[in-house]
Amino acid sequence: MKVKYLILSFSILFVVFACQSNPYGEGKRIYTAYCASCHMEDGQGLKSLVPPLAKSDYLAQNQDKLACIINKGLNGSIIVNGKEYNQPMAGIPGLNSTKLTNVINYINHAWGNNAGYTKIQDVESALKACE
Amino acid sequence: MRLSIYLLLFCFFSSCENNTSSNDKLPLPILGEKEIVDGETVYHTISDFEFIDQDSTIINNATFKDKVYVVDFFFTHCPTICPKVKQQMLRVYDKFKEDDRVVLLSHTIDTPRDSVPRLKVYANRLEVSSDKWHFVTGDKDKIYSMAKEYFITALEDADAPGGYDHSGVLVLVDKNRNVRSFGNGLNPEEVDRLLTDIEKLLHEG
Repeated sequence: MKVKYLILSFSILFVVFACQSNPYGEGKRIYTAYCASCHMEDGQGLKSLVPPLAKSDYLAQNQDKLACIINKGLNGSIIVNGKEYNQPMAGIPGLNSTKLTNVINYINHAWGNNAGYTKIQDVESALKACE
Repeated sequence: MRLSIYLLLFCFFSSCENNTSSNDKLPLPILGEKEIVDGETVYHTISDFEFIDQDSTIINNATFKDKVYVVDFFFTHCPTICPKVKQQMLRVYDKFKEDDRVVLLSHTIDTPRDSVPRLKVYANRLEVSSDKWHFVTGDKDKIYSMAKEYFITALEDADAPGGYDHSGVLVLVDKNRNVRSFGNGLNPEEVDRLLTDIEKLLHEG
């Protein structure tokens, strides 16, 4: 009987911890709510219309601009992984610096990306610079 | 005790299954209201229309003669659901790429902004061919009234992101201009079903 309880409590603990394995929970929720409709859940974008975020050289090289791009949007032509894109992106002005930091860190580490960590201080100073 | 747990689990998992298998053999229904006129049943039928596509080609009912077609409504600078819906339209495009009996028709609901050249750029960026997938513009009121005929919500709304509110439904029309099926373009499982519905329609001959 005791063994049974032991197994039961271990399995409950396992389930609880398995659910917490994603360190970018809020970032992922924000991504799903605001970004995935164009950049897609898998970060692949759409053909030549929407650029990918997964394994994107533009993402890796423009870390200092991400906060402003998400906040203000983006217009004009950009080259991502050698391909030209030119579809206006709407900004999401409602995200505060904490949320921006979380979503950037999620994108930086999702889908095999390894673009480093962004600190909230970096996001705040970037936002001041783009105003 | 143990038996009841198994039974409970069984009920739980079996409730997830889609109970559509029994309908697989039946023909697709004709959707919309029907009337009886002089003893004949008259079904909801798509009325005459004429629009212009990304190649400046006139697109009308004759374009879809003896074809089934899939319809949606969108606008090119749509910041919300459109790319996801287009991704699902692309599944239809890819699956029936070699089958001339299936055509796609996307209407812009932002007629002032979405000119023919703009639709051309959009189609090019989706990397699709013009004879298979028509992106059309035309008389604004006519486009909005066509949306109603396809049972699709489309309206101007200053409060909506991008200025327009519309549903991301894909609608399947047969060669007799009857609406036969639809699927939410934000739900890939519904589009799975729509793809098999297209095959069903093609088998009707």
